[in-house]
Amino acid sequence: MKAYIIRRLFQAIAVCLAISMISFFLLFLNSDPALLLLPPEAEIEDIEIFKKSMGLDRPVLIQYLSFLKKVLLHGDFGNSFVSKIPALDLVIERIPATLKLSLLAVLLANALAIPMGMISAVKRYTLADNLITFLALVGQAMPLYWFGIMLIIIFGVFLGWLPISGSDSFVHMIMPSITLGAWLLPVNMRLVRSGMLDVLNQDYIRTARAKGLFEKTVMIKHAFKNAMIPMVTVTGMQLSLLLGGAVVTETVFAWPGLGRLAVESIRMGDYPVVQAIVVFFALCVVIGNLLADILTAFIDPRIRLE
Amino acid sequence: MSSETIMTVPHVNQKKPSSLFNILRKMWDLKLGMMGGVIIVGMLICAVGAHLIAPFDPYEQDIMERLLPPSFLEGGSAKHLLGTDSVGRDTLSRIIYGTRISLIVGISAVLIQVVIGVFLGLFAGYYGGKTDSAISFMVNVMMGFPFILLAMSLVAVIGPSLQNIIFALGITGWPVFTRVTRVETIKLKECEFVLCAKTLAFSTMRILLKHILPNILPSILVLGTVEIARAIIRESLLSFLGLGIQPPTPSWGMMLAEGRDYMLSEWWLAALPGFAIFLSALGINLLGDAIRDIVDPHMRKS
Repeated sequence: MKAYIIRRLFQAIAVCLAISMISFFLLFLNSDPALLLLPPEAEIEDIEIFKKSMGLDRPVLIQYLSFLKKVLLHGDFGNSFVSKIPALDLVIERIPATLKLSLLAVLLANALAIPMGMISAVKRYTLADNLITFLALVGQAMPLYWFGIMLIIIFGVFLGWLPISGSDSFVHMIMPSITLGAWLLPVNMRLVRSGMLDVLNQDYIRTARAKGLFEKTVMIKHAFKNAMIPMVTVTGMQLSLLLGGAVVTETVFAWPGLGRLAVESIRMGDYPVVQAIVVFFALCVVIGNLLADILTAFIDPRIRLE
Repeated sequence: MSSETIMTVPHVNQKKPSSLFNILRKMWDLKLGMMGGVIIVGMLICAVGAHLIAPFDPYEQDIMERLLPPSFLEGGSAKHLLGTDSVGRDTLSRIIYGTRISLIVGISAVLIQVVIGVFLGLFAGYYGGKTDSAISFMVNVMMGFPFILLAMSLVAVIGPSLQNIIFALGITGWPVFTRVTRVETIKLKECEFVLCAKTLAFSTMRILLKHILPNILPSILVLGTVEIARAIIRESLLSFLGLGIQPPTPSWGMMLAEGRDYMLSEWWLAALPGFAIFLSALGINLLGDAIRDIVDPHMRKS
């Protein structure tokens, strides 16, 4: 178990490093980052001075190492070009908003996905199953931002029930979290369904039924609990899906979270902020995966022994 | 309750292929697949024959007829069936031309993904060991990025254009193909026919391309279809965020972004292009499901 965790930990660190490298070298794809960072009307001499002052005249690898050193030792991604505030501070400031939205969305999505997936698996091939799988198919084809805009048009504009943007109260959270939840729902539902189907085929379910347990007990105690094991792994992996969805949802609803900051910073070419967000997102995803793997190994001894 | 439950245990069902249930289910599946097929054919016709079908030039502005509602709404005219946008361009024509962009981006991006992804997957699965670790590491790194951030930053740096969007979507989307190909290759490389080919001293390339790849193709085909839908949604998303196809080219995502500014009054401007994206993604997914059922009954709907 210890060896397994250590191996996964090293892998996680390596992935983080690689992502920081990609986010750093992305700037160099277009030959000269100085041209990206400066306004287009900058004079050649100014560009040279800027390069010297930013250390952009050094070899790329050295620049990356000094970037990495600053990030690792001081959490310093440099100052935002736009607001002149340290990029990391800007990122940290936005975390709570995104966290609130994501948590509510995950809760909403799973509150529907688990019962729907279970019904769909237990009543396989019935009308209910067909309807639920069809709904999942429709949900997967629905562009997230269009769904959000349609919610705004229907509930914000026509019915006037809900505010269309802002983040002051709980009411403001309803539409964004439904949108983000609807993005996760089809995926989660399919996972619960296939997890349940796998488990229902197992011998221990037949045994449980054979010894005369109530169907409800079999489903909840024997089937559902085991079906949840793959769900843990997948929830960890879904963090990246969730964060991606948050980027879009926040843009549609003008929600003041990390996602919107990311879109704004990319549009304005505010690279220190972009790099800080990319590294932060990557850390979340990698840690999420790591925790999920370790948790799965704890719950399911078969994985540990492999 | 209990009698129903016994019915639902899968292998019991599979032994009775002629039950009414299964026949009904097949009809339902077929119907959905047909629906998907019809949508796709419609899209293809729109894409190929856009210049013949579209009632207007998608770029032609008419400031006298701007922001007209669709003809089925009050105040709409029969001339512009789906109304006009803020500079008086015909929405229907722009949506029809948009099909072209979406399909070009979707198909080309997925082709790039398939080439990179399948190639890496074959190598990772076949060679195993260090090659596998290295490639799997790359997959993990790519999966660690929220896709949208990577694609957006990439486009922001290399500049938004049709080719660059295709490049960005292709270069960020390949890991799914690597994963699938890798797992299938690992399964296949122990099969007799591969071992046999090895014993005959066939070159690795020949084994990979002629013996293993053809057996993986059905899975790739199914995944590829679904990925086209995803690429179309992603292109529209990039365009929606202003980092995709640039105006005035008619792209559904960009039309949606433009329509968003008129959301409070002319809601159809945002609703219609979004519906086009939704419908085409749904059509492709339905068709993908149908293809999966045909080529691989084992993977059926799980």
